[in-house]
Amino acid sequence: MTGTGLRGAPRSVVAVAAAAVLLLALPVLALVQRAPWSGLSSLLTRREVVDALGVSLVVSLLAAGIVLVLGTPLAWVLARVDLPLRRLVRALVLLPMVLPPVVGGTALLFALGRRGLFGQWLDRWFDLTLPFTTAGAVVAATFVALPFYVVTVEGALRTSGEDLEQVASTLGAGPVAVLRRITLPRLLPAIGAGLALAWARALGEFGATITFAGNLPGRTRTLPLATFQALESDPEAAIALSLVLLAVSLAVLIPTRDRWLPTR
Amino acid sequence: MSSPRSGPPSGHTGTMALSVDGHVVVGDLRLEASLELTPGELVAVVGPNGAGKSTLLRLVAGLVRLNAGTLTLGGHTVDDGSDRGLVPPHLRRVGWVPQDRLLFDHLTVAANVGFSPRTTDERVTALLDALDLTALANRHPGECSGGQAQRVAVARALAAEPDVLLLDEPSTALDAGSRQRIHALLDDRDPGGRRRPAILLVTHDPAEATGLADRVVELSDGRIAGGLRP
Repeated sequence: MTGTGLRGAPRSVVAVAAAAVLLLALPVLALVQRAPWSGLSSLLTRREVVDALGVSLVVSLLAAGIVLVLGTPLAWVLARVDLPLRRLVRALVLLPMVLPPVVGGTALLFALGRRGLFGQWLDRWFDLTLPFTTAGAVVAATFVALPFYVVTVEGALRTSGEDLEQVASTLGAGPVAVLRRITLPRLLPAIGAGLALAWARALGEFGATITFAGNLPGRTRTLPLATFQALESDPEAAIALSLVLLAVSLAVLIPTRDRWLPTR
Repeated sequence: MSSPRSGPPSGHTGTMALSVDGHVVVGDLRLEASLELTPGELVAVVGPNGAGKSTLLRLVAGLVRLNAGTLTLGGHTVDDGSDRGLVPPHLRRVGWVPQDRLLFDHLTVAANVGFSPRTTDERVTALLDALDLTALANRHPGECSGGQAQRVAVARALAAEPDVLLLDEPSTALDAGSRQRIHALLDDRDPGGRRRPAILLVTHDPAEATGLADRVVELSDGRIAGGLRP
């Protein structure tokens, strides 16, 4: 889209737009301005920060892996299979995107808690307890992150269309070969973007984690939980942790900008 | 909708490269297809837009299926309107060149032409050469002109060693040189050391139809006139 110059745009609209940009930029600016730059390295090497970073990396990377394994077939089914209840299934998949995370955590507790709908069987048959464990934090992160990946990949599958796959099949490629040689390679950029978004969402997860997995140092206390904790006792550490999360968010946003931010 | 099933269109489907007698319903379109091609024969299908020409090609390729009737390729039934009798596209020896080409843009020109698991390196090299594509072998389809892309699509379909080649408006928007090369290739030349496949050519262009085809059939109002061998 080509725009008119700033001169040609209605002033009132530009003013409101500028206010919106300010609303988004101010908190980031304040964070950067208040950052204890000189003591940053010692803050970031503190035991509780390193622990939280470790928990966050383990939880978010495992969640991203599960999202990849579960989400790719789900996106394919939603895009390509004429499911009888497709609208309902899609609504269910998208639900965690709009659901308050604390509600998601509560729901997970009643589903997978020791006395939950399925949790009681996990406990009885496999001696597996999810709440207040690192595995529980992974489940909570997966729950909130999965829809971001599925939506991205499903959208790509829809727009890439089936016609190329049809050509490939007339050339003698069976369904698995078509998936391997046409569908997946063409889907890689969307898989990458979806995975980055899902990982960022998992990394930033707070409400579902604290509700379902608690806030146990070294086990379920992720960076966002540590940030919240530090805000009361050690605001400088909270700022340092926030900067780490901000840097990671920017690192995810920049490579996926072509998909989410039209550059022209 | 249903129509009475009729028997094979002639008594010698075993010698036919392609034989179809049946009907297919796609959306608002109902196509009554009765058509035979002998091996190596080039039949042009002409008719107005929306008459079902592309659907006829998709039917032969296995991308749409008969509601009732029989479709045979090389004497083998590949579609009899039932789930059990349906042979999927990848098991039919058919080469489809769709109107909008549909090249694989994540692959090079050479990888497009060599896509079929049925082809060989020698055949790919011969086809690239015959269609004057050797210099483009390592480029991607996005870097090709319309005429070049069309030649890639034809080469890719021929590389799969089809018994029946399906061409959907192959000369639309082509420069004279590309048109000539494709026509020369269809005109009994044999770049891969193989007999020419039967060819079903859909075209708007009456001159192309009469100039190239052994037989011209007309498709209008969802019916094919003159499809069967006399």
